[in-house]
Amino acid sequence: MKPMIVNTLSMYIPTTQTNIDMELKGKERIWEKYQKEIPLNDYYYARSCIRQNFWPGSEQTFIRILQDELGKNILDEKHHTTCSGIAYHCDVVPLETTMTIVARQFSLMSESGYKHFVPSCITSFGVYTEILETWHEFPEIEEKIRKMLSEATGRTFDKPEFLVHPSDVIYALRNEILQKAKYRLVNAKTGEPLKCVDHIGCHYAKMFPEKGVGGAEFPHVLVGMIEAWGGEVVDYPERRTCCGFGFRQYMVQANRGYSIACTKRKFDSMESYKPDLIVTNCPGCPYFLDRWQYVIAEMEGKVYTDDGYGIPVLTYEELAGLVLGYNPWELGLQMHQVSVEPLLEKMGYEYDPTDKYVVGDKNINTRPETPNILKIFNHGEKE
Amino acid sequence: MEKKNKNVLIVGAGIAGMEAAAQLSELGYEINVIEKEALSGGHVNQWYKTFPYFDSSKTVVDFTSRNNEKLNFFTETEITFAEKNGLGFKINTDKNRQILADAVLLATGFEVFDAHRKEEYGYGIFKHVISNADLERNFINGWPEEGNSPRRFAFIHCVGSRDAKAGNLYCSKVCCATAVKQAIEIRQHFPNSEVYCLYMDLRMFGKHYEEMFQAAQEKYGIHFVRARLSEVNQNMDNTLLIKVEDTLTSRPMKLTVDYIVLMSGMEPALKSSELAKFFGLPLDENGFFESAQALVSENKTCVEGVFLAGAATGPKTIVETINDARSAALSIHHYLQNLS
Repeated sequence: MKPMIVNTLSMYIPTTQTNIDMELKGKERIWEKYQKEIPLNDYYYARSCIRQNFWPGSEQTFIRILQDELGKNILDEKHHTTCSGIAYHCDVVPLETTMTIVARQFSLMSESGYKHFVPSCITSFGVYTEILETWHEFPEIEEKIRKMLSEATGRTFDKPEFLVHPSDVIYALRNEILQKAKYRLVNAKTGEPLKCVDHIGCHYAKMFPEKGVGGAEFPHVLVGMIEAWGGEVVDYPERRTCCGFGFRQYMVQANRGYSIACTKRKFDSMESYKPDLIVTNCPGCPYFLDRWQYVIAEMEGKVYTDDGYGIPVLTYEELAGLVLGYNPWELGLQMHQVSVEPLLEKMGYEYDPTDKYVVGDKNINTRPETPNILKIFNHGEKE
Repeated sequence: MEKKNKNVLIVGAGIAGMEAAAQLSELGYEINVIEKEALSGGHVNQWYKTFPYFDSSKTVVDFTSRNNEKLNFFTETEITFAEKNGLGFKINTDKNRQILADAVLLATGFEVFDAHRKEEYGYGIFKHVISNADLERNFINGWPEEGNSPRRFAFIHCVGSRDAKAGNLYCSKVCCATAVKQAIEIRQHFPNSEVYCLYMDLRMFGKHYEEMFQAAQEKYGIHFVRARLSEVNQNMDNTLLIKVEDTLTSRPMKLTVDYIVLMSGMEPALKSSELAKFFGLPLDENGFFESAQALVSENKTCVEGVFLAGAATGPKTIVETINDARSAALSIHHYLQNLS
């Protein structure tokens, strides 16, 4: 007998490799798989219905960064409407209606001579992605919608050559932004990177992982920005858990307990990592992660930072704006429930706290009511 | 003897190919074996012990290698072209060899499902998320970090099998019994450990499998929970937090463990579609080779002179594979006798 078998197998787990190295390598392997083409100029921008109310400074900051800072061409078109995504996800309108509305947005884009559609809202991005995929799989549905749009408005449309989310655009331009950066995501006193939690909107990549930078399970879109700008990403066990919005979790009033329980689960999970900030790319996520901190404090007496102010929650445009040294009050950071000043202090940011309630040339004399538990940073007064 | 003039090409030197080779060489045929790896034995060569009797896998590989000295091996070799040549076949290899064969046996086996594809399970990201194949290697090579005894293990059944998202609707058949075997081995190796098997169904179909399963519960205190894993995350202390749904109570459940073992299933061998084209064979909907008569003659194909054995036609246990290889050898023997 002459068996050919020789046991040459090596140990599976290399003892010299640290967990962190392996984690990074594993994530990079996934990130390589989910790369998307992002155009670097000529954007047709479709604003978000709820972001304009929740975070009015964010969309303005996106346009400012692209136009003024980086010299890009972006059309802030006036005639588009809601995409009706919230109504669609709440089962209030039929899909055909949403598709026809979307077809009209594409028609406005085509009419303006643009081919790169950039919807501000994550849910819109998800809706547009889902519709384009549906039309791709079922061309007869696209034909039906073309007919419906034509009958209703006399319009025709071209589909976008690229559909990208503004967070994709900022991701693609993160190094250009870094070149103009006035601040890094670094604690000015200690020199340590700020610990940043990234939270991705569900409709960004969970439905179509290949449409998001880095896929659905370990998205890279915000991680890339954080790391490029000097911060450190906090990976915590409830990272993938919903922000708490969840549409019907919140929209149906009787379900709101689910909403806040979900948010609380995230905060309980991230607390021990002591994050300095949370950055998001969705309209709803920053709202719920921000406002529910106040509600949790009122209900449970619990605040998730030692200083009692809570964890600041930013949009990626606000974060980019801070890195570029913009006036925090022009970014609209006074719209946040959780005070952002402790973060500005950590970054060694030069700003005027008394401008917090100045709108245009008008200083608003009234101040928001102070919560019982969650501390508010000096209400725009000088210390 | 006239049959000595006949030769058979066996593609794949796993236990199916080797058993068929041993049988056919005993019948006096000249046997050429093409193997893409450097060694024979296939996946079994990388397994520590077998179920349900906990025999060494080496026993199986040694047994199927019993006639190795009578065989012509072409290792680290792959087929680049094949065509009908009279009643036989002409085969070219990537080593610029041409092999003439009167009959061909495809014993190309399977690939272990690549657990990286279940991204949410964290394989390749979290150090202590390992696969069933990795676990066997740990037992063969010595368990790493021996001094730091892990306490809690979770075995995740049906990874890449019966999973529409992974594109595999079929059952991989051997993973349930493998999980029970490996869970027992963990309890034997780490006597203070606590072991959970999170299963979809438990398919204890073979002889003495049920007894092994009983022993796992009664003697080794292994917890069997009907549950599906949704995601794996790492806690601050590097333990793993897993989220599952208990599918009997329909409730979500969290579990903190030190190790997760993913029971990766079987997928068709990578080159199956290429070989199928060379020999003009159909593949089934899952990408395994399709038999001419799956019910009564699984070894035969629609092409005269081309035969199938082992996991090339779908997931099989070791016992089934060896029986299947013998059956294929007999079919080839009858075919070659009729040919002459």
